[in-house]
Amino acid sequence: MAKILSKEYLHPTIVLMDIASERIAKKAQAGHFIMLRVDDQGERFPLTIADKDIQANSIRIIFQTIGRSTRKLAEMNVGDDILDVVGPLGSPIELPDIQRVAVVGGGVGCAIAYPFAKSQFEMGRHVDFIAGFRSKELIFLEKDMRKVSTTLTMTTDDGSYGRQGFVTEVLIELIESASIDAIVAIGPLPMMKAVSDVSRPYGIKTIVSLNPIMIDGTGMCGGCRVTVDGKVKFACVDGPEFDGHQVDFDELIVRNRSYREIEAHQCRLDEEVAHAKD
Amino acid sequence: MQKTKNPMPMQDPIVRQNNFSEVALGYTWEEALREAERCLQCKHKPCVTSCPVNVSIPEFIQAILDKDINKAAEIIYETNCFPSICGRVCPQEVQCEKTCVMGIRNEPVAIGRLERFVGDLAQVKSTITPVAKGKVAIVGSGPAGLACAYDCAKAGLDVTVFEAWHDVGGVLRYGIPEFRLPKKIVDREIDTLRDLHVKFEVNTVIGKTLSCDDLFDMGFDAMFIGTGAGLPKFLGIKNEGAVGVLSANEFLTRVNFMKANQKGYDTPILQGKDVVVIGGGNVAMDSARCARRLGYKTTIVYRRAMEQLPARHEEIEHAIEEGIEFSILHNPVEFLKDDQGRVSGVVVDQMVLSDVDEWGRRGVVSANKPLKTIKADTVIVAIGTSPNPIITRCTADLKTQRNGTLVVDESLQTTISHIYAGGDAVTGAATVIEALGAGKKAAASIIADLST
Repeated sequence: MAKILSKEYLHPTIVLMDIASERIAKKAQAGHFIMLRVDDQGERFPLTIADKDIQANSIRIIFQTIGRSTRKLAEMNVGDDILDVVGPLGSPIELPDIQRVAVVGGGVGCAIAYPFAKSQFEMGRHVDFIAGFRSKELIFLEKDMRKVSTTLTMTTDDGSYGRQGFVTEVLIELIESASIDAIVAIGPLPMMKAVSDVSRPYGIKTIVSLNPIMIDGTGMCGGCRVTVDGKVKFACVDGPEFDGHQVDFDELIVRNRSYREIEAHQCRLDEEVAHAKD
Repeated sequence: MQKTKNPMPMQDPIVRQNNFSEVALGYTWEEALREAERCLQCKHKPCVTSCPVNVSIPEFIQAILDKDINKAAEIIYETNCFPSICGRVCPQEVQCEKTCVMGIRNEPVAIGRLERFVGDLAQVKSTITPVAKGKVAIVGSGPAGLACAYDCAKAGLDVTVFEAWHDVGGVLRYGIPEFRLPKKIVDREIDTLRDLHVKFEVNTVIGKTLSCDDLFDMGFDAMFIGTGAGLPKFLGIKNEGAVGVLSANEFLTRVNFMKANQKGYDTPILQGKDVVVIGGGNVAMDSARCARRLGYKTTIVYRRAMEQLPARHEEIEHAIEEGIEFSILHNPVEFLKDDQGRVSGVVVDQMVLSDVDEWGRRGVVSANKPLKTIKADTVIVAIGTSPNPIITRCTADLKTQRNGTLVVDESLQTTISHIYAGGDAVTGAATVIEALGAGKKAAASIIADLST
């Protein structure tokens, strides 16, 4: 059991929580994730660790309420116990011997890009943070991102804030104008795919953080398998970070939709039940 | 003398196809006594030698005949602390019952059924006899870890079992289905361990949440690694990444462990009509029989012939009775997928048996016939597993073989002092009873290590 220490809505569908876990806080590094199960009937699902506080013995998660489980979690409050929390799992992102890194975050992926940018910035590296959102009201963590970056460029798809357009456009300009040693892209699969496609001709090492379906998170179910460089890899133990130039994104995009119909059905049922209660 | 085994009372196949309740119902006293009478009480006891943990089989059968169930249990417990589990899941036909003298001309004595009878009925109070002192960390709560914990606790050691999942039991919990091993049996065995003051810490991945060094820093004097062979193998053929192709581990975990088939539980399970299970072992049978119970038309695709199926005979018989089809001598070469990315079929090459391979099994070669396609909207891959890599990747001095299994010496000590290992993590995928045996052997080494 892990107690919720704080809860904040960054946006009506994006929630930040600090969770008590001394052991996980001690070990967590940027790129690690946890598996959670909210209650006895809940499913196990992964969330990336967004930050940690060793003094407070806590870890931070930031998640979007997209399915039944994330909604259940969002309904919990400060003081409540999450039934099961296990981690930190996966391998941390490692980028030795670089001077300048571009960190590209997309939507809620910025929550995961942020701790990575922070770790790089604290190592004294030049961090160009590009954060893309669909529109202004979805933006969160801007202040935090600014604190851990040398430059921060905000983009929105609709132009309601920052630059209008996609993160890839900013990235191309950056690559053309500066000497970027590595790129880390974290966000929706199509965005990570686009970033990888953009950087490939330049031969710049590009790391992406994948979010496939997982049950155990410890190498047991194989649900999270992805094809990387033509080989089967398990995101939970071999990743979740991989070389974006070698990931078969198209396969993963389809695989991640496996349960979408069932989940949509469950969520509709949940809504009907909620309405019935009203 | 009765030539055949006393039949096991069973749930009717038509009925049980639609439920997850246990198939084999267990002997009554009367049936057990009749079966026990078939034992010849041989002096040379070949059954004992061919049992991986050398249970004193004729002696416990004699105790049944004497109607002393607790004595029968005590005899079994000397070498096997989980008779209710082993009686259900051991492949007796290639172990004790294989060498049973009765079996030379007739059917062997139903040793497994009698063992289960004793395990289920007896009330054994395990006692602690302190012969060693210290703290032992057991990594993984599967059969190897539980057996090691049991013996260590009985010797007076302070034992904590660490488990990565949110519930204990390992493969007994997530893998073997309810209809073959009811979870209340597993719970009972875990309770036996709690009675011996064994502590359990779930949601703890050793190598991640805590390192081996952390455990030593926390005051543990010795460790046992029983992390099993959890990493599923895949075929490596075209379109294996299609939606609907999943490992047996994933499928069984969703159903057995996460209760995806039960109302009110959130874990989803793919809907479909035609399931193909690839493989011929117990895990393949378990997967197929679970799929059948979920209402699928289920076909097992196996590249050798029926005689070579490595699963327990009883499981194969039950699978056939439950209407599962066997597509044998078929080697999958490719998966087909539809325009939505969902698997739609398995393309198979027809095979013929060839010479005996290095494992003593008949090999197969292509019959050079045209490829066939078997319709499938879900494919469960049950072709084996490799050792879980987490603890070895996170512990620098823990040496492994090239296949990922841990290097151990005669005493089951790994390449790090005071860290022992056993079960599938050392041998690669094997049986529950072999894991139990390894757990016990490691416990003996740990007890010697920490003896006062």
